Amino acid sequence: MSLVPLEFEPPGVESFDLPPLYEGAPEWLDKYLLMAVLSVIVILAFWLIMARKNAMVPSKGQFIGETAYFFIRNSIARDMIGHDFRRYLPFLIAIFSFVLLNNLWGVFPFLLLPTPAHVGWPYGLALLVWLLYNGVGIAKHGPFGYLKHATLPSGVPWFMWPIIIPLEFFSNIIVRPITLSLRLFANMFAGHLLVLVFVLGGEYLLLESASIVNKLAGVVAWICSMAIFGLEIFVQSLQAFIFTVLTANYISSAAAEDH
Amino acid sequence: MTAMELVGSLGIVGYGLGAIGPGIGVGLIFASVIQGTARQPEARGAMMGTAWIGFAVTEALAIIGIALAFVFGFTGQA
Repeated sequence: MSLVPLEFEPPGVESFDLPPLYEGAPEWLDKYLLMAVLSVIVILAFWLIMARKNAMVPSKGQFIGETAYFFIRNSIARDMIGHDFRRYLPFLIAIFSFVLLNNLWGVFPFLLLPTPAHVGWPYGLALLVWLLYNGVGIAKHGPFGYLKHATLPSGVPWFMWPIIIPLEFFSNIIVRPITLSLRLFANMFAGHLLVLVFVLGGEYLLLESASIVNKLAGVVAWICSMAIFGLEIFVQSLQAFIFTVLTANYISSAAAEDH
Repeated sequence: MTAMELVGSLGIVGYGLGAIGPGIGVGLIFASVIQGTARQPEARGAMMGTAWIGFAVTEALAIIGIALAFVFGFTGQA
């Protein structure tokens, strides 16, 4: 029995290349940019409104904003960075809000695409974080002092230096932004691909194939896609949290005092 | 006798091999969380927080594997 090729085209990398928004638009104006700009407007509006209301007994909206703010302030910034965390708190809140909202666009109606699924967005965020933690380290220890601080843990005997220094340099200064960006990108890419497989596969099975078994399988695929959406919400929130936690960790390790 | 021609995506085979490590790693993380909760139930909150951070860092390698399997796994095929 020979295998008949499917008319179904499985979603792949090309599902993520989006055309420009309208006819004749410049090539960079696609749905990703629209979602990122929309997220910036929403985040600005949210935090500006949060900064204004100041009732002593908080209302529900104020409570949500305060919970988010204190979550980042206490468990991420203060616990990881230490006593001068206030300088970096606005950046951490901005990063957390931006990554969380852009991730959640992946389950939001009408948009249904996480912005970091296009690899340029995590690259940009990771570049910003890289510049920040290296800048913090250089501002605190001076350029050579920072290199020494980052590549040479204290208490290493001198004959291990040729091994330790390139390894630590590679690990701290080169690999960190790569894994930071790729972790966010790959989670959003793989998650969205999973959603596409369930929804498009279910649609093909239900609407375009002949037998009743396939149609039942299509219904099951659509029901399971709801569960996948739930998994995606969890993964997206977790990835936003992890990005912020790792940023705080890198800042704290760059600004750490030598004992 | 000529060799058999194998077709398919080498990227997916690579991802399968690459998912062994993070699978074991995540199992180790949550095994230690379960053991620590069994020894001292009050420390559950702090342990779960660290557990999720460790999970995401370990899982990153497997997720990078599946993403790059799609991007690079079809080179050399028509």
